Amino acid sequence: LYIAIGKMASQSEVIDRLRATFRSGVTFPEPFRMTQLQNLLSLVEENEQLIQDALHKDLHKPKFESVLSEIQITLNDLYFAMENLRTWMQPEYNIGKNLATRMDDCFIRREPLGVVLIIGAWNYPLHLILLPLVAAIAAGNCAILKPSEICQATEQLLAELIPKYLSQDCYAVLCGGAEDTKSLLKNKFDHIFYTGSQVVARSILLAAAPHLTPVTLELGGKSPCFIYGHIDIHKAAKRLCWSKFFNTGQSCVAPDYVLCTTQTRDALLPALRETLRTFYGPDPGASLDMGRIVTPRHWRRLMDMLEKSKGKVVIGGESREEDRYIAPTVLVDVQESDALMQEEIFGPILPILTIESLEEGIDYINRQEKPLALYVFSDETSVVTTVLNNTSSGGFCGNDGIVHMALPGLPFGGVGASGMGSYHGRWGFETFSHRRGCMNRSWLLERVNVLRYPPYSDYNLGWLRWATTFKKNSWGGCSVM
Amino acid sequence: MEKQAVQRAREAFLAGRSRPLEFRVQQLKSLQRMITDRQGEIATALKQDINRSQYDTPLFELIGLENEISLAVSKLAQWAAPRPVERNLLTISDQAYIQPEPLGVVLIIGAWNYPWALTLQPLVGAIAAGNAAVVKPSELSEYSASLLKALLPRYLDQELYPVVCGGVSETQELLRQRFDHVFYTGNSTVGKLVMEAAARHLTPVTLELGGKSPCYIDKDVDLRVACRRITWGKFVNCGQTCIAPDYILCEPSIQNRVVEGIRQTLLEFYGPDPKSSPDYGRIINQRHFNRLMTLLEGYTATVGGQSDSSQRYIAPTVVKDVPPQARLMQEEIFGPLLPIVTVSDIDDAIHFINEREKPLALYVFSSNKKVIKRMLAETTSGGVTVNDVIMHYTLNSLPFGGVGQSGTGRYHGKHTFDQFSHHRACLVKSLGMEEVNIVRYPPQNRQKARRVRLAMRTPLVDFSWKTYIWAVTATVFAFDFLFSPS
Repeated sequence: LYIAIGKMASQSEVIDRLRATFRSGVTFPEPFRMTQLQNLLSLVEENEQLIQDALHKDLHKPKFESVLSEIQITLNDLYFAMENLRTWMQPEYNIGKNLATRMDDCFIRREPLGVVLIIGAWNYPLHLILLPLVAAIAAGNCAILKPSEICQATEQLLAELIPKYLSQDCYAVLCGGAEDTKSLLKNKFDHIFYTGSQVVARSILLAAAPHLTPVTLELGGKSPCFIYGHIDIHKAAKRLCWSKFFNTGQSCVAPDYVLCTTQTRDALLPALRETLRTFYGPDPGASLDMGRIVTPRHWRRLMDMLEKSKGKVVIGGESREEDRYIAPTVLVDVQESDALMQEEIFGPILPILTIESLEEGIDYINRQEKPLALYVFSDETSVVTTVLNNTSSGGFCGNDGIVHMALPGLPFGGVGASGMGSYHGRWGFETFSHRRGCMNRSWLLERVNVLRYPPYSDYNLGWLRWATTFKKNSWGGCSVM
Repeated sequence: MEKQAVQRAREAFLAGRSRPLEFRVQQLKSLQRMITDRQGEIATALKQDINRSQYDTPLFELIGLENEISLAVSKLAQWAAPRPVERNLLTISDQAYIQPEPLGVVLIIGAWNYPWALTLQPLVGAIAAGNAAVVKPSELSEYSASLLKALLPRYLDQELYPVVCGGVSETQELLRQRFDHVFYTGNSTVGKLVMEAAARHLTPVTLELGGKSPCYIDKDVDLRVACRRITWGKFVNCGQTCIAPDYILCEPSIQNRVVEGIRQTLLEFYGPDPKSSPDYGRIINQRHFNRLMTLLEGYTATVGGQSDSSQRYIAPTVVKDVPPQARLMQEEIFGPLLPIVTVSDIDDAIHFINEREKPLALYVFSSNKKVIKRMLAETTSGGVTVNDVIMHYTLNSLPFGGVGQSGTGRYHGKHTFDQFSHHRACLVKSLGMEEVNIVRYPPQNRQKARRVRLAMRTPLVDFSWKTYIWAVTATVFAFDFLFSPS
């Protein structure tokens, strides 16, 4: 109990310190934000080996994946933020004005929110906590980082490195488990950014409500993958395998399951076998490029799903408990009610559901919760368009998997059960900013203003109405003078 | 009953009726007709609810609404179209864009102070974005609520846009249902409950709340004009406006002139007896009347102070030298009481404002650019109007919303459309250029890794003049090197 209280005291001490720093306004000026972003860049660049080692220790992440999906993506976002920071910070003047406000200065300022809380996840423990941090710093906030306790090596590395490179008065790392997170959430924050599961997301929203704290939730779901119509099955198989088995299937945007006709399935299976052989060799368990499941508990969850499934394993199926290995596995004859179709898989298991028509597939998808990502492999534009127009998802990628999240111009986020809000690039900056609408009225035109004051009259109202009614081809609307 | 209305709206949405652009435009035009045809009845209802003068109704409720509808009708195709984003060299042959999509079934909870504008303006955006919407007008403005319930089904699709009336228990029942977005205008106490209820379904919310909007008057300012503008904004709708200037901050040296300026303006506006002026409103109900009278207890009014409980009338009232710990300064006033708090200078004023919760609006009156700049840079608020009050609400290209305790989210004009849409990131690749992709597949080696890293560091390309000039210059230099004698 003493330790718990002690921990809570130190949590609020840290938050108070950050809040006092924020009040002092030191995080507002552009040079400060640039310096911090530059320091974060140095943190990643100078410690690449340490980061790779930590990720390998936690997730058995192949060096290639660490570089591509953790280090480089963070560096890219940093370069992008640093290059565009000045533009993003500028007040937005180019907004429509109208007759009544023609003499006025109207603009939108982007202002920092205050002290924000960023909660990381375990599957990409570096970039899922650092990319929001980049956005929070760029937007001028102070930030508390709460890395996932499941990846202990990465958590420790972050706790050690962040205070070394970044201002300790503005950014802090708080470590701990579920209980510590609960007590952390009792405090007031100006924004909470959470990446993880729906169950925890609900409790985070409930904790935020009494403080009226806005929240960004990056959750998950079952991301469907259509393979339909005319398609080069070998290329599709390659891209599908890459997206599915990257990080051992533990990606929130991994294609969860495939929907295709029996014909396509029969062509797909040999293509998948061939691709997997090319990627990982005859025994994926021995390949350096194959990862592992993060913890014994998660391994057990996946094995349970596999055992309960009524589908037929046609590729893979092998597993080893000692090193939490599961072979890239593909199942067919999977029905809607199957154990594999009840929750997000988040592992190297790929069920294939067969459909007779595109409409059947679309109906199926629309019966489920809105997913984080949706994929379509097809040469036919009409197929892509039909799926796009009749479904909803956080993001969409045609003829590839995952890569839509690498384009910083696209917002990355969910909808419905897969989340709320978005980030990456400028979208992160906007997430952590308040858009303040400002109107600087001129002292002139007071004679015109007189029209709006009491005592009211029909005469004045007539003029005002004429002056303020929106005309179809004019620049904008004004309601009251 | 509430459950069925939501269920029907969801079925209607899933059937796809609300999606085609023509349908949305037709519904919006129909809403426009409702307002034009029924102006008289709406004005009567407002008079019964809140003693709204016949001029305030078009001015404050209907003109704005009509403008929002016209804007939405004229811009809908543009707003709903895919929005292309910058690509990089890796995605140069692909299509990358953001597609706005309807969210589904949304809930709009209106407020009682501007029952038509605050309930229907969000509805305009919800319809424009292709959603179904359950509309719950405030029961405190009961005549307006019953009129809306009678009128809306006659002009709009009855299943897609049902009106649900009722009090606390009906609202709670509604909030137990699952929506794809909840839009609430009101106070922060209920705002927290709305957010909590929405949390259970992971539903995003927009909360348009309130707060104490400060009004700082600098000493070097034309007090005549400033006081007139402030008086107008404060006492319109009898002070029951979420962005009314709540209290004044000024230096002691000008306090008396400020009071005189306001007193004179009040005479011009409402005459010597505001109670008999047709242009002055009343308090919405007895509970709020009592609340306001309690706030005044223990303080002598410098201007006004009279009241008549039978009419729920409170005279336009100004109180000087109010201490920061007075009850008047603890909660949003939302009535015709205007406290003046003295501060020693701009630093003191900024400090005073920042000690308190972030307000919905902030006002500063000054001819000194430096003062204005400091006020803007060193404080925060939902929105700002400088040298006037309320007006930032009227320009619909400015996002209107709060921050912190004054709310979350924003709307007006295109912002409403965006608030009620899901912005879906779309990347449509071709299966060509597979040779470039090969570097990312296992089995991995040093060479491949290096190539991938290089490819990932490509800059974003936008088809701007800068890029073209760079491309041409680079090509020229390249040719130069290739063909130069060396």
